[in-house]
Amino acid sequence: MADNKTLTFALMDAPYESARSTTAFRMMDIAARRGYDINVFAYEGAVCVPFSKQAPHPNAVHGREVEEENHPLPKDWVAALMREAEKNGGKLDWVNCGLCVDERGVAEAIEGVRRGTPGDLWQMAGDSDNTLVIGTR
Amino acid sequence: MKVLQVIDCAYRATLEEQDDTIIWITHAMKGAGAHLTVLLGGNATNYVIRGQDASGLSFGDWRQTEPPRIENDVAGLVEKGVKVYVLEEDLAERGLGNEPRIDGVALITRGGVPSLMDAHDQVWHW
Repeated sequence: MADNKTLTFALMDAPYESARSTTAFRMMDIAARRGYDINVFAYEGAVCVPFSKQAPHPNAVHGREVEEENHPLPKDWVAALMREAEKNGGKLDWVNCGLCVDERGVAEAIEGVRRGTPGDLWQMAGDSDNTLVIGTR
Repeated sequence: MKVLQVIDCAYRATLEEQDDTIIWITHAMKGAGAHLTVLLGGNATNYVIRGQDASGLSFGDWRQTEPPRIENDVAGLVEKGVKVYVLEEDLAERGLGNEPRIDGVALITRGGVPSLMDAHDQVWHW
């Protein structure tokens, strides 16, 4: 067990489908600000969260161009959480389920995301103070 | 560390995945040395009923040749030494109380769940 508190999150939801992953990110943000070590195992649709080809768009209904809209990209949230954790002496280790990546064709993830297996989830959970699973509903 | 895998959200993309993804990840983690127990509730209680057949999916000239066989996958967990519980009341509510079940699955009442949870270090509700 590391000196820092360590939390593991298992996420399943794809981006832009529900607020569950956003809620998880709020908790991760608090943990990152406290300098905790954070592990994420992205399973199924959640492997799309750090997909590097996400792109912002304008929104005619909102009446805003792309820069004004500043459309949220979950990959940027992941990167921001990684930076916040590191700034406070912790780290965010994001592991994408490799088979889930392959079946969705989303291998291009942002820097810092690594490919793994369910064995990584078990290892991370065993090395953590606690684990939160957020399944798809 | 012992973890209780609670599965009550059933049939999530099982035709696309050819399995239940949480049953699958339980197999995979068991293979990696995990100590896991499974509790099936809600619609996932149907996973232990014998005689399921999900074959026959086709779109145009595409045919699914390997459909999900979830009852076999659950039975495989039992064979690997994973204890599998199913909620008795949830079976009964769905009219499944007297349907033939796969071997080795234990019934548990809702009243027994707190003790089951207490016997594990972590509870993962998928």
